[in-house]
Amino acid sequence: MKILILGAGQVGSTVAENLVGEANDITVVDSDGEKLVQLQDRLDLRTVVGNAAHPSTLEQAGIGDADMLLAVTQSDEVNLVACKLAASLYNTPTRIARIRTVDYLKREELFNTDNFCVDFSICPEQILTDYITKLIEFPEALQVLEFADGKVSLVAVKAFEGGPLVGKPLSFLRTHMPQVEARVAAIFRQDRAIIPEGSTVVHAGDEIFFIAASDNIRRVLKEMRRMDKPTKRVMIVGGGNIGRRLAKALESDYNVKLIEFNKKSCQKLAGELTNTLVLNGDGTDEKLMQQENVKEVDVFCALTNDDENNIMSSLLAKQAGARKVIALINRSAYVDLVQGGKIDIALSPAHVTIGSLLAYVRQGDVAEVHSLRRGAAEALELVVHGDRDSSRVIGRLIGEIDLPKGATIGALVRGNEVIMGHHDTVIEAEDHVIVFVVDKKMVKKVEKLFQVSLGFF
Amino acid sequence: MRRLFTVFHALGLMLVVFSFAYLLPVITGLIYSDYILVWDFLLTMLWTFSAGALMWLLTKRRKGELSIRHGYLLVVAMWTAMPAFATLPLLMMIPNLSFTDAYFETMSGMTTTGATVLTGLDNLPPAINVWRHQLNWMGGLGIIVLAVAVLPLLGIGGRQLFKAETPGPMKDTALTPRIAETARNLWIVYLAITLLCIVTLKWAGMSWLDAVCHAFSAMGLGGFSTHDSSVGWFQSPLIEFVMIVFMLFAVINFATHFLAWRGRSLKVYARDAEAVASLWLIIGSCFAIALFLWWQDTYPEYLTALRHASFNVVSIATSSGYASVDYAQWPIFAPLWMMFLTAIAASSGSTGGGIKMIRTLVLVKQAGREFIQLLHPAVVNPMKIGGHVVANNIVFAVLGFIFLYFMSIMTLTFALLISGLDFISAFTAILASINNCGPGLGVVGPASNYQGLTDFQTWVCTLAMLIGRLEIFTVLILFTPAFWRR
Repeated sequence: MKILILGAGQVGSTVAENLVGEANDITVVDSDGEKLVQLQDRLDLRTVVGNAAHPSTLEQAGIGDADMLLAVTQSDEVNLVACKLAASLYNTPTRIARIRTVDYLKREELFNTDNFCVDFSICPEQILTDYITKLIEFPEALQVLEFADGKVSLVAVKAFEGGPLVGKPLSFLRTHMPQVEARVAAIFRQDRAIIPEGSTVVHAGDEIFFIAASDNIRRVLKEMRRMDKPTKRVMIVGGGNIGRRLAKALESDYNVKLIEFNKKSCQKLAGELTNTLVLNGDGTDEKLMQQENVKEVDVFCALTNDDENNIMSSLLAKQAGARKVIALINRSAYVDLVQGGKIDIALSPAHVTIGSLLAYVRQGDVAEVHSLRRGAAEALELVVHGDRDSSRVIGRLIGEIDLPKGATIGALVRGNEVIMGHHDTVIEAEDHVIVFVVDKKMVKKVEKLFQVSLGFF
Repeated sequence: MRRLFTVFHALGLMLVVFSFAYLLPVITGLIYSDYILVWDFLLTMLWTFSAGALMWLLTKRRKGELSIRHGYLLVVAMWTAMPAFATLPLLMMIPNLSFTDAYFETMSGMTTTGATVLTGLDNLPPAINVWRHQLNWMGGLGIIVLAVAVLPLLGIGGRQLFKAETPGPMKDTALTPRIAETARNLWIVYLAITLLCIVTLKWAGMSWLDAVCHAFSAMGLGGFSTHDSSVGWFQSPLIEFVMIVFMLFAVINFATHFLAWRGRSLKVYARDAEAVASLWLIIGSCFAIALFLWWQDTYPEYLTALRHASFNVVSIATSSGYASVDYAQWPIFAPLWMMFLTAIAASSGSTGGGIKMIRTLVLVKQAGREFIQLLHPAVVNPMKIGGHVVANNIVFAVLGFIFLYFMSIMTLTFALLISGLDFISAFTAILASINNCGPGLGVVGPASNYQGLTDFQTWVCTLAMLIGRLEIFTVLILFTPAFWRR
């Protein structure tokens, strides 16, 4: 596929990196030549320097035969104009724009074909905020990802001594909780994937991925580990785009304190937020933390745009007694370094948000993609079309489907019904199938398997 | 000197405009075939007109540009000159009335205080009564706002004058791009609601004369009545109810009314934090005081208590000052609570007096802010009212205002105490005057009026009304040396 990416920032370069790996022709446009040189040194792609909202730049980047435009520059306005140009002048089939301003997002009609012609708008900050909100709602989980409009969730959790399931085979889950439908999709033990079977025994320290209807998450979590008290007090460091959105999302349900270094931003934040206590200070200032009683905090989130500061302040908070600490870390090298140590969750914004973009790029009807374990594994929501003849999955039992080793079908969503993927479940047309893939290399095979064969058209 | 010429020039023009206000009593006189009165009113109209015109013509060639300083001087000059001219018909037509008393009466009218030194109101000629109530009505929304509305030629100075006269700490929210347009819209809304009030009062059982007069004083939150026993004379729960509704209307910012009318939406009221707080406080107090009176056995039945409590609490809290019963006879908690409400309950931009609800909200929130600041020294906690941030300089301005407000009450109360008045009468007279409410307690209570005061005491109350209406700063700034320095 020929893809044009506008903007070589955090999001643009991560997407480029991922898409190059999946055999696409990528062109990246940015006004900053230096950024592009760095990108070109690393990856096999074309770069064009110029203003992404100018037709001449777009033409130079070959928009004429591009299949997709990904407008992810810093400026919403540039992204909107680029989509409009692509639609009116060059008939680009798919146009995706990053839009951050809530004012624009509120007016959906702005994006239709009469106006700015944006097929899909994404807001990485919002995705990240939703992601963290889930983690705060379920403080025991390492990851909570939603599929099929939130009907089904994939949850990652570390098994701890004291959970009823720990030390027992997986089949025990079914006998212990016959009324709750859940399926363990994968277990990672010392960073090695284990394909779960009924006889697999859960060890303490295992990272377990399970799929369940969203209402049942809490009950399944209970099987894996002792439950903590529900979250009440949240402390956020960094009042940037993410911190501000998170505070806004949380302030009505939790007791939120937000620490921001810049006095002017503090004033603005305090004006915008109604129930959040906005504090002016340094997130690594342990006196301030003590003063604000960090030891009573249930979840501590370090969300500044400085990796080192985030790591230090979350370490300090953990040291002082915060129950769970989350650090936002952009550099992937740091993520691997920190995760699993004193910091409970190291969040890589690129990995969290890349999934929503990948869903549009993938072949076949992919409704949702979530990147797992820092990009090593992936969970996909695929919609199956066609009939028994044109599709290789419809009308067949899950046990019959020739899935590559390491891929498991976790659940199906049929209309509003959530069905767990057992060997004897039959897949029907228009089902949403949630597939867990332990190794990303297998994703292509899985997608091919679910695609409608050409005879269908 | 040039500065004074400029002010006199504008003042002359406004007096010319003001002289047309005499037309309404003239028409009333014609309706009631009271031709002597008509003649008198025409004469005073001519006087005012020619005085204004003369002033305007004489200063025409020496005027400069109207600036911020001129604004304050002009507003105060207007507010002292116009009541003076307004006394002319009273002096001519009421025998044995001293200038002091007449000036008190017209000042009380224009500042919408509604205190009176006259007795035998029932026997006053209709034209005179209409004149008194008309002063209430015009002073309610502001004469200068009216002048700005009809005199676009004031130009640049208009906004300044507007700000100097309109009550409330935050006056920069313009409803329309042009200040004259804003003023005109406000007056149209005011006029419309007043007409509605007249019709409703007539329907509720008043005569046309009473309906017009009471609508004027109710919308202006003045409290003048055509009867010595005020609204109690009618003995009608329906009339009392109608007046409650319109007084509550008038206690809300007229800009909010305008926005609601333009947007055809009632949500505007819910978004006005000031209006919401005012209404909750006033209506809540009605029920609470009714309960108190019932419990104290002042009234044996709760509904009777509720009727009297509602009317008198709304009347005093909105700073109107009607009375339907002699509430001074109630246990002291009730009337004092009412006097307290009158100081705080009216919205900015309404026709009521006192420190205004918005300032009360600012003060309450500032107190809350101090507590949070003590607990969390690093906190950034801007003041927010209705979801909007209030800048710190406004908070300081409010604190300064409150200080001056209390100092004014203290000083003027002491002045009355020196002159020999008892404490309760002195304190409540000043409170009622500075809050533009009307009746106090004791000598100046609802059953009597301000007639019993000496000339000195009357002047002190007159001053209190003026500084209360113009919200202290506008008046006191004239007494600072810096104002007169070049």
